[in-house]
Amino acid sequence: MKAIVFVEQRDGNIKKSSCEAIHAAASRFGSCTAVVIGPDLGDAYAGLGAYGASKVIAVTGDGLENYSVTAYAKAFSGVVQELGADVVLFSATAMAKDLAPRVAIRLDAALASDCTELTVQGDEVIATRPVYAGKAFITVTLATPVKIFSLRPNVFTIGETSDAQAEVEKRAPDLSDDDFVVRVVETKMASGRKDVVEADVIVSGGRGMGAPENWRLIEELADVLDAATGASRAVVDAGWRPHAEQVGQTGKTVAPSLYIACGISGAIQHLAGMSSSKCIVAINKDPEAPIFKVADYGIIGDVMEVLPALTNEIKSVVGK
Amino acid sequence: MNIFVCISHVPDSTTKVRVGPSGKEIDEEGVTFILNPYDEYAVEAALQMKEKQGGEVTAVCVGNDAVKETIRKALAMGVDKGLLIKAERSRDSFGIAHAIADTLRDRSPDVIFCGKQSIDYDSSQVAGMLGELLGFPSVSAIVGLEVDGDGNITLERDIEGGQEISKTKLPAVLSTDKGLNEPRYPKLQGIMAAKRKPIEETEAAPYENRVQVMEMRLPPAKDAGKIVGEGVDAVPELVKLLHEEAKVI
Ligand SMILES: Cc1cc2nc3c(=O)[nH]c(=O)nc-3n(C[C@H](O)[C@H](O)[C@@H](O)COP(=O)(O)OP(=O)(O)OC[C@H]3O[C@@H](n4cnc5c(N)ncnc54)[C@H](O)[C@@H]3O)c2cc1C
Ligand SMILES: Cc1cc2nc3c(=O)[nH]c(=O)nc-3n(C[C@H](O)[C@H](O)[C@H](O)COP(=O)(O)OP(=O)(O)OC[C@H]3O[C@@H](n4cnc5c(N)ncnc54)[C@H](O)[C@@H]3O)c2cc1C
Repeated sequence: MKAIVFVEQRDGNIKKSSCEAIHAAASRFGSCTAVVIGPDLGDAYAGLGAYGASKVIAVTGDGLENYSVTAYAKAFSGVVQELGADVVLFSATAMAKDLAPRVAIRLDAALASDCTELTVQGDEVIATRPVYAGKAFITVTLATPVKIFSLRPNVFTIGETSDAQAEVEKRAPDLSDDDFVVRVVETKMASGRKDVVEADVIVSGGRGMGAPENWRLIEELADVLDAATGASRAVVDAGWRPHAEQVGQTGKTVAPSLYIACGISGAIQHLAGMSSSKCIVAINKDPEAPIFKVADYGIIGDVMEVLPALTNEIKSVVGK
Repeated sequence: MNIFVCISHVPDSTTKVRVGPSGKEIDEEGVTFILNPYDEYAVEAALQMKEKQGGEVTAVCVGNDAVKETIRKALAMGVDKGLLIKAERSRDSFGIAHAIADTLRDRSPDVIFCGKQSIDYDSSQVAGMLGELLGFPSVSAIVGLEVDGDGNITLERDIEGGQEISKTKLPAVLSTDKGLNEPRYPKLQGIMAAKRKPIEETEAAPYENRVQVMEMRLPPAKDAGKIVGEGVDAVPELVKLLHEEAKVI
């Protein structure tokens, strides 16, 4: 089977989760071609060989520096058709959620979103994906000649990297103004902290933090762990924290190595967003709080006392 | 303005999922169904657009007779009329998008709102597919929306670590995320009025799923974790466990 991976770049930076998708493709289908749309990044593209891409197709052209769902869908589908690929992988990022459905229509291909497992059995590709916010999983097969899968970020690994260089080819698709009917005119990146969906460690706070000013305790712990800060819906709705930090069924779904829940009760809609974290720590003064049912380690206590002690102890252990 | 809002009929977010006898889908016995939470933002956006620009709002749902109760919820919020596209409930996203596109193509929509995702299968596919099928621009998961008198729209959406501002023009398909607005609660008057609002019915063309479910299973039960201790005294032990046992710090 011939596999193509859509590689996402923003401002010249290649997403780590795209590298996860390259490794997933190379390790299952023997090799893969990576397709990147955007500015010409030269050597960075050849470097994708490290994750298993044998070839990189760099699609460049006027207007393609910034994301446009319509132009990207046309340009990317064109490359897939030209190469005659049967399997297309995306990492299920904000961009892919916008783009992949349009690509699926253009390629007359079925799409399985946000997969957490992908296996090849003979000439079948079988994907597993969470449904009902992770309360169940389905295994699916796709009944179209071209099959598209998007992979949940942080679930697949980037594997052992090598110093292989990929061969880079260029394409300059023929696009008109009409193809750019939707276009991104500005990107505003928050400075400083990582985003919850990309972070390897998340320190998250809920109503048990008492007041928004107590978030400095969350931030101090996040600083020593190089972590993102998350929040429950209760505190987002109260205006204590921004929407972008909300974890759960109507917020972000996250799968970090370590998730520290501080003063969060563990409502079913919160668990939906974080229960696939590899290690969960809960700090809550109520021993009956449901969060302890999913936590690997728990401390029963007051966050106002436990958090500063935890920050200090970790500082001395990791030597920061 | 001819405004459409696509709505999905989903199990309440507190539902305990049980796998049904087919082993491929949930057991719906005893499950309470609600208007998909993300679609509440879509309904609100549609109503606000009508309030500013005039026109009519139609709520569209692909499904069987059972989904009418969910259409009524949108009508109770203030949507003018319903459109039920009759089809089996087990369609995948493409089958749903196709049925909606076929039905709306000749009704000259100015804007079609969807939710960012349906909280049952969480696919986030219908809006983008609908856009491509109708040849309309699409922008997913918006948290900001401005429309000028000439149909130019400016949208804001969350991306990893920031926001993205994009521009496009009507007609368009837009999917809504939490943060866009505060959905209104239906008032008693609205609930009464909803009973008299019309729900038109059409039939979807037959369709065979492209995303074929082989099996549905529940995640493996997780063992209850370890309570390391109480208060500050437990901190050194916790850090030791995280460092040496879990190896995450
Ligand atoms: C018994 C049963 C069997 C099923 N079998 C399958 C199967 O074999 N394969 C499969 O892939 N899926 C199957 N489904 C899932 C079905 O596709 C979802 O229930 C449907 O709600 C779409 O969810 P989504 O995640 O694909 O939508 P998304 O793409 O996440 O939805 C985004 C938005 O699209 C709109 N939308 C979604 N659904 C509708 C609708 N029905 N009418 C109008 N607008 C809508 C809403 O605005 C929604 O917010 C089955 C469901 C049931 C209940
Ligand atoms: C459709 C729908 C979607 C939803 N989506 C989401 C979602 O995406 N994400 C989400 O988080 N929620 C979501 N919710 C809300 C969810 O049901 C809960 O209301 C919410 O998660 C509760 O937040 P919390 O844990 O911060 O607050 P609470 O439930 O009030 O819990 C506070 C906890 O802090 C503890 N505490 C108090 N003081 C201290 C202290 N000093 N030290 C230590 N512990 C203390 C308490 O024991 C308690 O367990 C949704 C709800 C619905 C209906």
